[in-house]
Amino acid sequence: MQKTPLYQKHIDSGAKIVPFGGFLMPLEYTGIRNEHMAVRNTAGLFDVSHMGEIWVKGKGAKDFLQRVTCNDVEKLHPGQAQYTCLLNSDAGIIDDLLIYCYDPEKYMLVVNASNINKDWDWLKQQERENLVMENASDKISLLAVQGPQAKKILQRLTDVDLSSIPYYSFITHSLAGVKEVIISNTGYTGAGGFEIYAYNENVVQIWDAIMEAGKPENILPAGLGARDTLRLEMGFCLHGNDIDESTTPLEAGLGWITKLEKISDFIGRESLIKQKNEGVSRHLRAFLMEEKGIPRKGYQITDLHDNVIGEVTSGSISPVLDNGIGLGYIQSGTVKIGDEIRILIRNRTIKARIVKPPFI
Amino acid sequence: MNLPESLKYTKDHEWVRIEGNIATVGITEFAQGELGDIVFVEIETEDEDLDKEEVFGTIEAVKTVSDLYMPLSGKIIEVNENLESQPDLVNKEPYDGGWMVKIEIRDKSEIETLITAEQYKELIN
Repeated sequence: MQKTPLYQKHIDSGAKIVPFGGFLMPLEYTGIRNEHMAVRNTAGLFDVSHMGEIWVKGKGAKDFLQRVTCNDVEKLHPGQAQYTCLLNSDAGIIDDLLIYCYDPEKYMLVVNASNINKDWDWLKQQERENLVMENASDKISLLAVQGPQAKKILQRLTDVDLSSIPYYSFITHSLAGVKEVIISNTGYTGAGGFEIYAYNENVVQIWDAIMEAGKPENILPAGLGARDTLRLEMGFCLHGNDIDESTTPLEAGLGWITKLEKISDFIGRESLIKQKNEGVSRHLRAFLMEEKGIPRKGYQITDLHDNVIGEVTSGSISPVLDNGIGLGYIQSGTVKIGDEIRILIRNRTIKARIVKPPFI
Repeated sequence: MNLPESLKYTKDHEWVRIEGNIATVGITEFAQGELGDIVFVEIETEDEDLDKEEVFGTIEAVKTVSDLYMPLSGKIIEVNENLESQPDLVNKEPYDGGWMVKIEIRDKSEIETLITAEQYKELIN
């Protein structure tokens, strides 16, 4: 089991530690609800150094990424980040990831911790000429400063104008006395804020500086528990729950990052075109509980006549709504937004309604 | 860790207060801490006669669901209605406002199977 450079800091802060994606990570420090609300209302700081970073460089880098990802890398310009997926030939989602473009010959891929080795092996299998790849996951740490006050707090630690970094863009600049830190206007919470990539040896210094700078706003360290409830309130997919190799981007509602029309061919494209023409058999749907109950992964979804029409892939209580929320795959043609469904919770059918995400 | 000496405990992290033939049941301070924020306590077994170790309800934290087990055989004669609107009482006052059910004890000899505060403390260490 690996540890991030901040492991001892988490222990000293009283974090509850859990294994996740091969790492010992903080689940919560002061309580998931408390941390969740801090991110929604002010600011929270996450250690997400378990995420993997893979460099793809060289003359063949752009063509390679066009081939192995479903979004259009042609539309990704230097200084920008792009959300995309690695697909297998059946269009199953090997992983979802961010691609950072430095220049057309230098990209950084940010992948899920549990998939680092699988993604790396897959990318090596697809390797072409004029390409240099490096798995830098063990060298680079990642912090996420999220919340409406995140920018104000972070601005105290750098002389670059953070307002000049558009959403899904990044710069490399000094922060908290550390040179060449990647400051990225991205996140997984829907609360706004930045993600900070730095070398392992500098990340403790940056963590401490952000916690100190955020004291007036009462910034809180936030764990993976809050990260999960925050992303679920936004309806964001989690690989391993809502998407995996048995699901395609079209089923998962990720059609917006699936550029079938892009000039170059990509792995999974043929399957996607077929699926698009034939129609998908199921859709990932968001639903809100209308009776007391919390949906959980694996619970069955039924229609009003007790026919099983799907299964929950993510579920929790929404701390903002104080109400059960969830995502799940539901057979095509059985429901539309606004329809009532039932979630089978411990042999009882509990009322829920299909909604359009985000939940808040 | 607060573990009142006057209470009995189970390996399932419940506490039991015996008063005559009535047992009041809740979960320990240790258990609530491990579970984290309690968001839902569901007990649908009022007036039911259940055996020791049968499930009488479930407790949901943000991330997890756990079953609640009968520490003793008997009839559930009262459920703490306050938990419906304030499940966090289990976090805040595990031994007081966070109690869950009252059981009319069927067989008082079963009380001997419960463990003491000291034995429970050893268990969680």
